[in-house]
Amino acid sequence: MAYLVCEDLTFSYDGRTVIDHLSFSVDKGALVCIVGENGAGKSTLVKGILGLKKADTGSVRLADGRGHSMPQIGYLPQQSEQVKDFPASVREVVRSGCLGARKCSRLGFSLSSLYPFYSAFEKRQADAAMERMGILSLADRNCSELSGGQKQRMLLARGLCAAGRLFLLDEPTAGLDTAATADLYQLISELNREDGMTILMVTHDPAVLPRLATHVLHLGQLQNFYGTLDEYRETELGRRYLGGEIR
Amino acid sequence: MTPERFFYLFTRSYVLYPFIAGIAVSLIAAVIGVSLVQKRYSMIGDGLSHVGFASLAISSAVGMAGSLWISLPIVTVSAVCLLRLRENNKVKGDAAIAILSTGALAVGTIIAQKSTGLGGDVCNYMFGSTSIFAMTPGDFVTTVVLALVMLVLYLFFYHKFFLVSFDESFGKAIGVRVSFYNTFLAILTAVTIVIGMKMMGAMLISSLIVFPTLTAVRFCKTFRSVTIAAGILSVCTYVVGFALSIALSTPPGATIVIVDIAVFLLFCAIGVLKNHLKRG
Repeated sequence: MAYLVCEDLTFSYDGRTVIDHLSFSVDKGALVCIVGENGAGKSTLVKGILGLKKADTGSVRLADGRGHSMPQIGYLPQQSEQVKDFPASVREVVRSGCLGARKCSRLGFSLSSLYPFYSAFEKRQADAAMERMGILSLADRNCSELSGGQKQRMLLARGLCAAGRLFLLDEPTAGLDTAATADLYQLISELNREDGMTILMVTHDPAVLPRLATHVLHLGQLQNFYGTLDEYRETELGRRYLGGEIR
Repeated sequence: MTPERFFYLFTRSYVLYPFIAGIAVSLIAAVIGVSLVQKRYSMIGDGLSHVGFASLAISSAVGMAGSLWISLPIVTVSAVCLLRLRENNKVKGDAAIAILSTGALAVGTIIAQKSTGLGGDVCNYMFGSTSIFAMTPGDFVTTVVLALVMLVLYLFFYHKFFLVSFDESFGKAIGVRVSFYNTFLAILTAVTIVIGMKMMGAMLISSLIVFPTLTAVRFCKTFRSVTIAAGILSVCTYVVGFALSIALSTPPGATIVIVDIAVFLLFCAIGVLKNHLKRG
């Protein structure tokens, strides 16, 4: 069953087209790895799906027909510098993810979004997300004291508070050491397989595809590919990209 | 000055009004300052204070010297325009502020020269002065009420302001109206500057926004504790600075800034010492 449908998407920066008439649809429960060279438009596509970047043509739809003001998407941005010296506790950061889920009413606006405090439900939800990511014991720590891996877990937990059934990850393991990377992939895999979360993940790491991906979206200079991992393995593009992979 | 004279002054409305109004202003300035500093928006406050100077020059040119009702709309509109300029990325953020600051300063100077002359008035606008002692009961009430309303508004949207300060693009992605809250914050900043600048001086008012946060982040670990500590620190430094300025007959704005700097340096020194002791 198609869950997220992107039709005929085109994005450009200052007249330079980075994504040209791309169409694909993501099934519920899939884990799509988005790969491609630098500048191929991977992050642009993620931003487009989130509505942060306006498409020149085409549309993004969620299967439940809410159109583009999709309130229930979790998002892990590309690693940003600003987490470094921000005075906030892990709990404060994670809870802020709850603010997105408030605007689920059909009108795109609800009175609950004005409520100035976090409800008991939202607090429990944030605690559960931290528990899930194994950082509940760090809840009162300052977020700039965390290691790289812990920071990503914190941001994942924040995304979980906002996410319904769809999660977009933009290079979640950039800058992490091997152990932290493996831990994070484990968590992402669990979210996908156990919690049934549909995940789109931008990655630079070919080795992760066989471990996690059900589908692959390869954005290339000349051609794009979208299909299951097995189909991808059969293509020239896939063989070349996965070439370095150790079986 | 004898202690009797000092305390006597604080019973007179011409000292008491600005004293109390200043407490309200320093509280709201510090609280919104926490978001502004984290968003790297501190310079917006500085840019707007130059616009504030121009608006004061205009108000005295039209014979309503120092009227809040002239300054408020001018500075608020400038704040919104400045934000739009930055968001469009047509002009780089700091360049936009430089354009606004110098432009407003130029306009203000010419207007002041052509109307009242570049005399003591201009000096008072720029650096604040004992002219605060001419605060009318109307101004006093307006200032305190505006400050309290803004404080309530800020606290009401506190979690959203946290979100847009911490991570704008995540906020947008999950459907929070980030640009609405940014505009809101810019308007709060504009109002704070207008109600504070006559006392502090247009050139010194942004220190009320920046210093309390910078000091508070040295010993607070959460956003909430930084906000509370900044508010308390700001009121304390204001009260001490104001009292010193009365006792020493120095300009209140500048005296308060000096106290702010002293407290900031004190906490820096404590931090360095602590680190030193930790390492043994």
